[in-house]
Amino acid sequence: MKHFLNTDDVTREDLESLLDLSDEFVEVLARPIPKVPALRGKTVAMLFFEASTRTRLSFERAAKALSADTMSFSPSTSSLSKGESLKDTALTIKAMGADALVVRHQSTGAQWRIADWTGLPVLNAGDGAHQHPTQALLDALTIRQHFGSLDGLRIAIVGDIRHSRVARSDISAFSTLGADLTLVAPSTLLPVDLEGWPVKVAGSIDDALDVDVVYLLRIQAERGGASVFPSLPEYVSRFGMTRERFGRLAENAIVMHPGPMNRGVEIAPEVADHPRARILEQVSNGVAVRMAILFRLLGGEVHDA
Amino acid sequence: MHEILITNGKLVTADGVIQKDIRIENGSVKEIGIDLKTSGETIDCGGSLVGPGFVDIHVHFREPGQEWKEDIGSGSAAAAAGGFTAVVVMPNTEPAVDAGHLARFVIDRGREEGLVEVVPAGAITMGREGKKLAHLDQLWAAGVRIFTDDGDSVEDAGLLRRAMEYLAEIGGLVAQHPEDRGLTRDGHMHEGSVSSRLGMAGIPAIGEEAVVARDLALARLTGVRYHVQHVSTAGAVELVGKAKAEGLAVTAEVTPHHLMLDHGEVERMNPDVKMYPPLRRPADVEAVRAGLVDGTIDVVATDHAPHAAHEKDVPFEEAPRGIIGLETSAAVVNTSVELGPVEFFQRMSVAPAHIAGLHEHGRWLEPGGLANLVVFDPSAAWKPEVFESRAENSPFIGRSLQGRVVATIYNGRVTYRDGKVHR
Amino acid sequence: MTQVMESEEIERALRRVAHEILERNKGAETVLLVGIHTRGVPLAERLSRAIDEYENVKVPVGTLDIGLYRDDLDHRPTTELDATFMPEDPTGRIVVLVDDVLYTGRTIRAALDALADLGRPQAVQLAVLVDRGHRQLPIRADYVGKNLPTSSSERVTVRLQETDDKEGIWIEERA
Repeated sequence: MKHFLNTDDVTREDLESLLDLSDEFVEVLARPIPKVPALRGKTVAMLFFEASTRTRLSFERAAKALSADTMSFSPSTSSLSKGESLKDTALTIKAMGADALVVRHQSTGAQWRIADWTGLPVLNAGDGAHQHPTQALLDALTIRQHFGSLDGLRIAIVGDIRHSRVARSDISAFSTLGADLTLVAPSTLLPVDLEGWPVKVAGSIDDALDVDVVYLLRIQAERGGASVFPSLPEYVSRFGMTRERFGRLAENAIVMHPGPMNRGVEIAPEVADHPRARILEQVSNGVAVRMAILFRLLGGEVHDA
Repeated sequence: MHEILITNGKLVTADGVIQKDIRIENGSVKEIGIDLKTSGETIDCGGSLVGPGFVDIHVHFREPGQEWKEDIGSGSAAAAAGGFTAVVVMPNTEPAVDAGHLARFVIDRGREEGLVEVVPAGAITMGREGKKLAHLDQLWAAGVRIFTDDGDSVEDAGLLRRAMEYLAEIGGLVAQHPEDRGLTRDGHMHEGSVSSRLGMAGIPAIGEEAVVARDLALARLTGVRYHVQHVSTAGAVELVGKAKAEGLAVTAEVTPHHLMLDHGEVERMNPDVKMYPPLRRPADVEAVRAGLVDGTIDVVATDHAPHAAHEKDVPFEEAPRGIIGLETSAAVVNTSVELGPVEFFQRMSVAPAHIAGLHEHGRWLEPGGLANLVVFDPSAAWKPEVFESRAENSPFIGRSLQGRVVATIYNGRVTYRDGKVHR
Repeated sequence: MTQVMESEEIERALRRVAHEILERNKGAETVLLVGIHTRGVPLAERLSRAIDEYENVKVPVGTLDIGLYRDDLDHRPTTELDATFMPEDPTGRIVVLVDDVLYTGRTIRAALDALADLGRPQAVQLAVLVDRGHRQLPIRADYVGKNLPTSSSERVTVRLQETDDKEGIWIEERA
């Protein structure tokens, strides 16, 4: 594995191997000294062209727990605002000695281009509405911790699927791992053409409550303004995880959300705080899966002592 | 006295292919016959096709204003290398060609380069801003016959109607880049299964078809000659077919890339497959091929759109639209579509010259006319690597193509032969 | 390929090592056996069973993967990890690291680093089935099943029933 760009073309075997490796890092993170020397001397550069505090912090924590050095780049304070091209920026960071690049970019596929230009291992931390593969790994790990396996599980993904890179990565990872998927959204928030997607579609969350996992996506309030649904209350009435709907879920079912949440919109506050909402576990697991993928990409080389 | 003898070629005529030599003298076709002799230069065609030079009624040479992408010199060289003897350059330069002196500048620059006849198209509206009519009379007087705001549609139906009425009267052709911005806004590729997978905002087929449908209604009302640029969807082909059956003076063009490539190409997210209209579904590719074969689509036009390497060396969504096409056009068409030699030259030369009102081009070769012709080997296999164009934004680099231009003769002078442009 | 130990000899050597551990530590109350993946783990389990037989004391067995600590060229580079698991906090205990072959010492160096991150044992001792010499670090074993003088051009192969479905120790020239 040279890069980690998407979940589309990762095999079941590779996904499971990454989840197994993540389990070991869950153990490392539970130690009194949650840090190992595996990537000592390596430098991981964080290139977040699109603002994201939580994902960047999670990757930084993962790199540091592996004893890698990190350097961070953010576009507002950089030469990008002086007109430097993405290619020149990427090559500049490489010249400073980065061993791997963690990249978030608003443009679909930017990470693929950066991988071509630099030849460095690239970890996709989110491109456009396309892919966010480490989120899919941490989500799969969270589900596996609760159910043991994703094989045969029924998972409903609810909300703005059209504009969600989380949904795209989750859908391919979950289905590769054997889950049975239902997408729940108004047609304006579904992808235009679902040809070849391994999913069923439901028009209301009430038709998708007989599942093991309800995965709620963030509704961007500004989407209401872009006329994709009439109003937030109408969205909640058809798609919100209310307390009443939570009560109708199976006793062992869990609720997930990639954050940041809009309490009272896609998720009721009481549901968000319930023990069967695994939202904070998802965040913790994020560090472990990012350690796993960094170790997988950078840990293979052994230097002559 | 300058002479060129073209031997061992298959001459394509309106009635079919015949084995005849052609002798060119002082710029004109002097003689067509068997076993002709010359004291001058001889071009042995080795069995290739010989026909009227290709004509492209839709190219961008970027001059004036964006010469770092291309200029009339480099664009003319690309045209000669592609077998073209005439090209119509779009008016979306800086400034836009919306007045007579700008059209004359383009014509003069083309003559200065002397590799191909460079014919300007004129803008329909001032500055292509879609607000008020351009200097249509001036443009007509300067020799402009095709009017278009290419790059954008004329959105305001009232304004377009007035332009059509005015141009119907003087005989001008309205060519429309069909794109409803309300429907295509933010889109970067065809809206469909691939855009859905990639999460990219799509350009729906309806964004093209809605404009064509509206314009055909206006063309019916005004009686203007109307031309649809770069038709790319099955729906648009159907609309054009119905309008033709009804008897409207409608013509349409398709690009070589829409005849060969579909939206699956975008999976790699490489900007060299980004253009408007976008690469469509395989079913649309089938429809435009069928349209070109049955004549619903009259001509092939490249929409040759050069961009500098650094402008395309960015993520897909940030890249400008457009690819180059002049040097690969004939090969791509020959590789993608089953056309007989007569139909091939019809679509590549005769019909486009007719649409653009170019009397010295696109004429089946006969003694007397100016010698504008191309020698084309339809069986030569090759892979494009380098270009005469200043730009390299081509999706055909490294692709196996069949059919190659051997030589181009413009006004009786060899402008391209065996891989070299002759200035 | 020459076989240098058979299954019964391995068993005998382990029983002796178990006795030595008991003797040296005056019992096994504070002992924690920690097997280094892969073959150190079943060896640690066997030692634990042997001690149970003699003293009726259940000595807990931990497992250690040193993949995150290694600088060891002899260890094939891999990014797979096995479970690291401590049934008891190692702090204050006598930890006996268990491995199959002691060679350059680099694996043990990595295991000591890993152990230091997991707690602060009262003492760390080392038990190995085979010591083949050629140390590159100042490390020695406290308990040795068999000293096996080798040349560095030779390869020592250990197979155990639990991990390999056959058992014995072989020595051969490297290809």
